[in-house]
Amino acid sequence: MLNKNIYLILIISLVFAISFWIGLNVNLLPAEASINAPIYDELFKILFIIGLIIFIGMTIAVIYSLFKFRKRNDQIGDGIALEGNLSLEIVWTIIPSIIVLLIGLYSYNIYDRMGGMKELNHNHEMMSSNTEKIWAGISQSSDNEIAINNLSIEVSAMQFAFLFNYPKGNFISGELHVPVDQKVSMKMESKDVIHAFWVPEFRIKQDIIPGQPTILNFTPTKVGKYPIICAELCGPYHGGMRASIIVEEESDYNAWFNKNKKPEVNL
Amino acid sequence: MTISIDPQKTSNESLQPKGWLRYFSFSLDHKVIGIQYLVCGFLFYLIGGTLASAIRIELASPMSDFMPRDVYNQVLTLHGTIMIFLWIVPVVNGAFGNYLIPFYVGARDMAFPRLNAVAFWLIPPSGLMLVASYFVEGAAQAGWTAYPPLSITTPQSGQIIWILSVLLLGGSSIFGGINFIATIIKLRRPGLKLMQLPMYCWAMLGTSLLVVLSTPVLAGTLILLSFDIIANTGFFNPVLGGNVVVYQHLFWFYSHPAVYIMVLPAFGLVSEILPVHARKPLFGYTTMVFSIMGIVVLGLVVWAHHMFTSGTPPWMRLFFTIATAFIAVPTGIKFFNWVATLWGGKISINSAMLFSCGFIINFVFGGITGVALAQVPFDIHVHDTYFVVAHFHYIVYGGTVFIIFSSIYHWFPKVTGKMLNEKLGILHFIITFIGFNLCFAPQHWLGLNGMPRRVAEYDPQFQFVNQISSLGALLMAISTIPFLINVFLSVRNGKDAGDNPWNALTPEWLTSSPPPVENWEGEAPLVEEPYGYGKKISEQK
Repeated sequence: MLNKNIYLILIISLVFAISFWIGLNVNLLPAEASINAPIYDELFKILFIIGLIIFIGMTIAVIYSLFKFRKRNDQIGDGIALEGNLSLEIVWTIIPSIIVLLIGLYSYNIYDRMGGMKELNHNHEMMSSNTEKIWAGISQSSDNEIAINNLSIEVSAMQFAFLFNYPKGNFISGELHVPVDQKVSMKMESKDVIHAFWVPEFRIKQDIIPGQPTILNFTPTKVGKYPIICAELCGPYHGGMRASIIVEEESDYNAWFNKNKKPEVNL
Repeated sequence: MTISIDPQKTSNESLQPKGWLRYFSFSLDHKVIGIQYLVCGFLFYLIGGTLASAIRIELASPMSDFMPRDVYNQVLTLHGTIMIFLWIVPVVNGAFGNYLIPFYVGARDMAFPRLNAVAFWLIPPSGLMLVASYFVEGAAQAGWTAYPPLSITTPQSGQIIWILSVLLLGGSSIFGGINFIATIIKLRRPGLKLMQLPMYCWAMLGTSLLVVLSTPVLAGTLILLSFDIIANTGFFNPVLGGNVVVYQHLFWFYSHPAVYIMVLPAFGLVSEILPVHARKPLFGYTTMVFSIMGIVVLGLVVWAHHMFTSGTPPWMRLFFTIATAFIAVPTGIKFFNWVATLWGGKISINSAMLFSCGFIINFVFGGITGVALAQVPFDIHVHDTYFVVAHFHYIVYGGTVFIIFSSIYHWFPKVTGKMLNEKLGILHFIITFIGFNLCFAPQHWLGLNGMPRRVAEYDPQFQFVNQISSLGALLMAISTIPFLINVFLSVRNGKDAGDNPWNALTPEWLTSSPPPVENWEGEAPLVEEPYGYGKKISEQK
């Protein structure tokens, strides 16, 4: 004989199956173009699946209650005088606590893999020329050692543009060109109000703050042109504050770099 | 505290006007003040909603073509400020708190009736001042967060009026908070224990603690900001050596608890509404009380999750991730308890119940995206995008505003003695629920795929989804029409409600509808079991 519990187990399995199917097959994210992107998308998938299970489960519970326990026309009186159930309360305190704790530990692991927990001030080549303490940012290096041919760029943001200074070539560009598969270290500072540097395809964002330099490191993995978007309200033309990042093969990048390079400091 | 209120002196003054005129007077009656808060808040909701419609019209096309860019920034700043400080906070706290708390504790009025009236009468002038600032030199345009240095460099008059207005509204909020704490702790009728109070009292006690602890920080911060603007001080101005990130810490120290100031009272209200219409006791009263207090404590130590992409050192990012994610636990307990309250009940499917269930579904969705946003690596991608816009509208609109409507359907018979029309109410719910989800669900995708918030222009690839969202906003605007028709028709010609149309057990229903000036003809009743459904046959038929 089928009893209630079997139906319950069936429904729960169905909710899990649907959530896993949607979570694994529905892609809500843009293209992956940096080392961080696949790591981010892994976290997103897990959170998406857990979220779907909880959301679908709760929605079914509410709608089922509304149908099953609705008051029929001939009914009078009240429902059962059930005031609580301590073991249920303990269950739905402990299980969510464990889930939340596991998600927290997992996202810590993800963040560490992105390089977010690295010491900021040992990570930057430009530190030698500039003794300011960098106190915020995302290191996002994928390895423990700083690559020797680490590309360093100084970013300055102003209403309503980004400027990219290539110190090794003594030139400033309005477009950010970087070679594919090489780590890029950026030191960013704002000339006026707070801006933010966001490349959706890289899954990275860091505010650019006046008076307080921030750093952002990333490694692009896919050749292409991606938008750089200012994400912090910075004035009337905030929506138009865009630039492009062009990720190209190393040879193309070198050609572009040599074309723009200025031999002497004559800025 | 030894102050005792003589109700004869406070609420029965012969100078008080009678009839509808008393709603325009400096009335000391908590019920009149409650309705003043509600109607005033709703008028500002209509203004804020008009501004929201303007935003969605602008965003129906990728170009900035509907209004000038600086006006757009003023519109989004005023929309946020009005909806938070003039609609949701005053209504879930001031309106329902003032109307219900004295009934729930068995008092004839609030502890400090004059302070109460002052708290309300600060709202209309500061709200009007805020709206009028548009006509001076343009309203504030640095967003409702007013981050410096943008707020220092944009036109001064708008920003200064914004600060003055928010300071007055914050003062009103603090006066209200002090009043609620005093009323709940000190004005309980003899014999009524704390653990017998209806859940909304606990929610208001927790909320008021947050108000009293955190609003002064916002006030101090805004005063410093105004010095930076008008007196050239350098607290937050980097040109003068100020620190812009300190402002963000101070601002969010208030403004994250402000989210709980907006949702905790809604949690209280839904705890009153569900048991009545499900005919079952509120499930897990004690854990509900502890989860409210848990949210209050955790709510004070999570503010920096708004700053994961600004200047936060790595360890701080980690701490605030864990603290924020753990708020999901007490919040989750409340939702499980509400579903358990429905389970096995005899549920009347009416407008109040539907809006409450809509609240549960929307809020669970917003809560899930909230836990995701608490994770630093997740947040780094979607911070300051439409994903966040969608998330917090699921919390404050899908959550709190749904409960405001649910509460209006539930308590309208008490306030007016008339029933609201159920068919119009259900129509209102259906249009609101569809419109709301159509408007905000697609915005999650927009944020994930590269649309930042607070922009007047966007990439053409996002146009279709933005138009769906604008269509949803149109439905939301339309949904207020059946509601307004319903209220205006019912207040005149509605079916007589009798004193207790829902057969409810909480104390406000144990008096006439509308209640007399001093709430009860005789002694206030002692309600030891406000949720004792199914235990005894309700006396009223």
